[in-house]
Amino acid sequence: MLIKRDERRSRKVASITQAASAGLDRRTFLRRSGVGGLTTLGALSLGALRKADAGPPPPAGAEVAIRKSICTHCSVGCTVLAEVANEVWIGQEPAWDSPINRGSFCAKGAAVRELVSGERRLKYPMKIVDGQWMRISWNQAITEIGDKLLDIRQKSGPDAAYWLGSAKMTNEGAYLLRKFAALWGSNNVDHQARICHSTTVTGVANTWGYGAMTNSYNDIRNSKTILIWGGNPARAHPVSLQHILEGAELNRANLIVVDPRLTRTAAHASEYVRLRPGTDIPVFYGMMWHILQNGWEDKEFIAQRVYGFDDVRREIEKWAPQEVERVSGVPGEQLKRVAQMFATQKPATLIWCMGVTQHSVGTANVRAAAIALLLTGNVGGTGMGANIFRGHDNVQGATDCGLDVTSLPFYYGLTEAAWRHWARVWQVDYGWLQSRFDSKQNMETPGLPISRWFDAVLLPKAQVDQKDNVRALWVTGFGSNAIGRIPEAMKGMARLDLLVVVDPHPTTWASLSVEAGRKNGTYLLPACTQFESSGSRVASNRSIQWGERIVPPLFEAKDDYQIIYLMAKKFGFADVLFKNIPVEGDRPVPEDILREINRGGWSTGYTGQSPERIKLHMANQKDFDLVTLRATDGPCKGDYYGLPWPCWGKPALKHPGSPNLYDTSRHVMDGGGTFRARFGVQYGGVNLLAEGSYSRGSEIKDGYPEFTYAVLKKLGWDGELTSEELVTIQTIGGANTDTVSWSTDLSGGIVRVALRHGCVPYGNAKARMNAFGLPDPIPVHREPINTPRPELVSQYSTYPDAKQFRLPNIGFSLQKAAVDKGLSRAFPLVFTTGRIVEFEGSGEETRSNKWLAELQQEMFAEINPADAAARGIEDGAWIWVSGPNAKAKVKALVTGRVAKGVVWMPYHFGGWFDGKDLRANYPAGTDPIVLGESANTLTTYGYDPATGMQEPKTTLCQVSAA
Amino acid sequence: MARMKFLCDADRCIECNACVTACKNENEVPWGINRRRVVTINDGKPGERSVSMACMHCTDAPCAAVCPVNCFYTTDDGVVLHNKDLCIGCGYCFYACPFGAPQYPRVGAFGSRGKMDKCTFCAGGPEPNNSEIEYEKYGANRLAQGKLPMCAEVCSTKALLAGDGDVVEDIYGTRVKARGYGSGAWGWQTAYGEDVST
Repeated sequence: MLIKRDERRSRKVASITQAASAGLDRRTFLRRSGVGGLTTLGALSLGALRKADAGPPPPAGAEVAIRKSICTHCSVGCTVLAEVANEVWIGQEPAWDSPINRGSFCAKGAAVRELVSGERRLKYPMKIVDGQWMRISWNQAITEIGDKLLDIRQKSGPDAAYWLGSAKMTNEGAYLLRKFAALWGSNNVDHQARICHSTTVTGVANTWGYGAMTNSYNDIRNSKTILIWGGNPARAHPVSLQHILEGAELNRANLIVVDPRLTRTAAHASEYVRLRPGTDIPVFYGMMWHILQNGWEDKEFIAQRVYGFDDVRREIEKWAPQEVERVSGVPGEQLKRVAQMFATQKPATLIWCMGVTQHSVGTANVRAAAIALLLTGNVGGTGMGANIFRGHDNVQGATDCGLDVTSLPFYYGLTEAAWRHWARVWQVDYGWLQSRFDSKQNMETPGLPISRWFDAVLLPKAQVDQKDNVRALWVTGFGSNAIGRIPEAMKGMARLDLLVVVDPHPTTWASLSVEAGRKNGTYLLPACTQFESSGSRVASNRSIQWGERIVPPLFEAKDDYQIIYLMAKKFGFADVLFKNIPVEGDRPVPEDILREINRGGWSTGYTGQSPERIKLHMANQKDFDLVTLRATDGPCKGDYYGLPWPCWGKPALKHPGSPNLYDTSRHVMDGGGTFRARFGVQYGGVNLLAEGSYSRGSEIKDGYPEFTYAVLKKLGWDGELTSEELVTIQTIGGANTDTVSWSTDLSGGIVRVALRHGCVPYGNAKARMNAFGLPDPIPVHREPINTPRPELVSQYSTYPDAKQFRLPNIGFSLQKAAVDKGLSRAFPLVFTTGRIVEFEGSGEETRSNKWLAELQQEMFAEINPADAAARGIEDGAWIWVSGPNAKAKVKALVTGRVAKGVVWMPYHFGGWFDGKDLRANYPAGTDPIVLGESANTLTTYGYDPATGMQEPKTTLCQVSAA
Repeated sequence: MARMKFLCDADRCIECNACVTACKNENEVPWGINRRRVVTINDGKPGERSVSMACMHCTDAPCAAVCPVNCFYTTDDGVVLHNKDLCIGCGYCFYACPFGAPQYPRVGAFGSRGKMDKCTFCAGGPEPNNSEIEYEKYGANRLAQGKLPMCAEVCSTKALLAGDGDVVEDIYGTRVKARGYGSGAWGWQTAYGEDVST
């Protein structure tokens, strides 16, 4: 039968192949293949090549439109080009023009079209009645939910309702929900940042001013040393690896990965450092110890731009190689090598993720990372910086826009001055705002962190510092399985009076709450995806991108703006909420929400990014350079892509955005900056302002405080204010005009005048190695609450018990009890968590996507071959992973990726509990394709005192064959 | 005339599976059929590498050599395609293929092998270009539109290259020279009887 046939070429294929060959010129091909260095091809038009008819052929006669949005998964911000015929999304095409992804995607981005085909979506509003899900109308849903909330508000005060927002919302949606909560009268409004990078935001903002990634994914192409710490971007941010790997190749850069697991990212590293989970600070200090020993620190940088070096030096000196190795397991010789590269082969960048942030010492971990950058002068310039990879597609924007229990939008905080600022922007009477809250004190006190919502439900009323316990939970785009201590959370679910889930999917709130025994009072409202709405989102590098609506909302879904509008109308304050925001039908116009953001977001430089400017960037992506992100041609020439904040002044000022924060080598009007003067001008008699360092072109050749009207007067620059600006300043200031500052001056005059003199409106200060005011001003090592090394606890105990965020934090007592009980003998393995590439976040959406679900059909735990052998466990076998409070049944993945003594689980699974499949708990037809045990069933108590961050990266477990 | 080839740069591949889902999305490939997959070697050990694999569109394709019904043909671009109207689902090509590319849907009450399905290099099949019937049987025909296979076009790290063999080789060679290492063009010797010259 082995006949070789030679008529194979006889078919009618000539026309196909001719078209193919003719259509692909070499330059096009090279560009698409991502060859580095071919920047001349940046502006190449693909013209005729981009015919809009790939994918399923559109129906005859249908016009195919190309619509542009942003991937709704991670924070890289990949552009999605959708082909739409008859309002049906029929295909995706590579978005070659985006300087961020240049056509690329990961598994999730390449599969986003399926999110909108929707077979497993929540299709209409539902409620549970005596344990049965039933369909209801929007009208009925809004009426019943609203009535219940008003009843709770009346009996228990506004704080008894919790407004949980989402990193999946646009800037406009996030801002609107924060404003909505303010008008409702509560600071109990939060989102995913609490449990992902809240510690980063608090840690770095307290070091040098802003809580964000300093540079960009693209800028990593300039690095000579890339240090990735507690992050696995090959899983979590795959397209970032395009910049990292290509940059490393072209520069022959060092790529170092520090992680408990030999991850897919580590597989590409030139150096891999394995540490015990929870020992980041000793390893950071161990690295710095070598730097100081060898005099590799950047002395000039420290002298000019750093405060508190001597205080930190004393702590570093405690971490000699022997002690570092004893605590963390990392050998001194290796750390010396890493230290040498990081400090001397510059520019070096430090990238970190959840491995650093998700700890009860998360803020201190972040601070140690920032200190390492300051010590080596690796922040504030090209190719360096704290490249903190945020998680969700708009987690940076949602944080900026104030879905945060500690602040109003744009980090203004909760002081009376902050409230008065936003009252002016909103044109709302301050007295009325205050009347909405239980008290003025309560209005100015941070709310309850979402990581502990169930503690706020379950703890005795007297232990919760507000009028009553939380009784109602409104959840937007947030899976419950992302939050630790699931068994306790289920008790909280059972106790709530009202649970409202606003999401394209029912999520684990539905399946777990039914399991917890909840038979009434749960509502599911179908929100659409961002592909069915429009608005702006912020990539990790602070670039703002506008997403167009690709198709109208499916089924009965509504977008976030509509849902917030309907609730506001029900509560009777829609007129106040939308005073300056036009509403079309029941849909507030997102462009006008952004304009209001522009009018109020002075503190963070969210003022220059008008919808018109952002849309112009989206339309002219091809003009932006791959490495600098700057437009070299076209109508955006000179701008940085997405006008990364701070983008100073009003849109008309045409500030180009700031590609790299704190970069003194550029003029402030060219995106340059200094460390922010946020903590006063001196502390304990020591100067906090920069010395002899200033951004290029600054007329003040030294440090200076933040700009106020008084500072302008002192400098003699107040005369440059226009009369209109002056009137606004006087109106705002009243009797205290001098105190009106760059961040509260709604005229923008103070900012404008400062910029005119080359000065940064927020001042020019030193970064703080000693961050006085934080629980640990100098980071110190503290063992996890449940540590496998109890003998270290007496020397390195956790924080003392205290009250934070309206709740008691009893980590110290629990750590002591765990040591006394010998917990680590019963549970000898370290339990840690992370991501896989196919799923995202709590995973309900991605596990409902057939193209992704097929690739990961079972929940698993990674276990080292030695630990597996000792327990008689084979690869692929069912196992029980047990923690002190719960157990989970998963498949074993026996691999050397984890060290002996470490068990790792991905955290995207849900829909199982205690070995039981909960598929029947979802409304029919809405169950995700793949279900599995949630890793957070096994995570335990532990909360960062500065942020309320949970502790999903270090606890203890035991494993046995199932 | 171009000679189309795939090359996966294992030093770039991070097993993100974009190529897999992009293929599913572009060609509406059903659950259970995988025209492309990513294989990881030395998983979890130092030296771990991943490679994205699909039909390599071999020179002198072994599948075609063993096909009893002569359903394979090679286009002038060197793309190996097949005719599903002729295919009898016998499975010979699966045994002949060095890359495990052919896939078979389970059909009928006894789950017997249906007509073979595999990567088409996004070049459709023998039906008229970009017709509904071509799409239904073979998926997209991007080549006829002057586009390259979706898997390579969306590759997150530009590890997977597709296109004219000479150009692909040139890109890979330039890359290896710039970075100073390369683990070779996996599968080229088997598929094309030659190694990539760098």
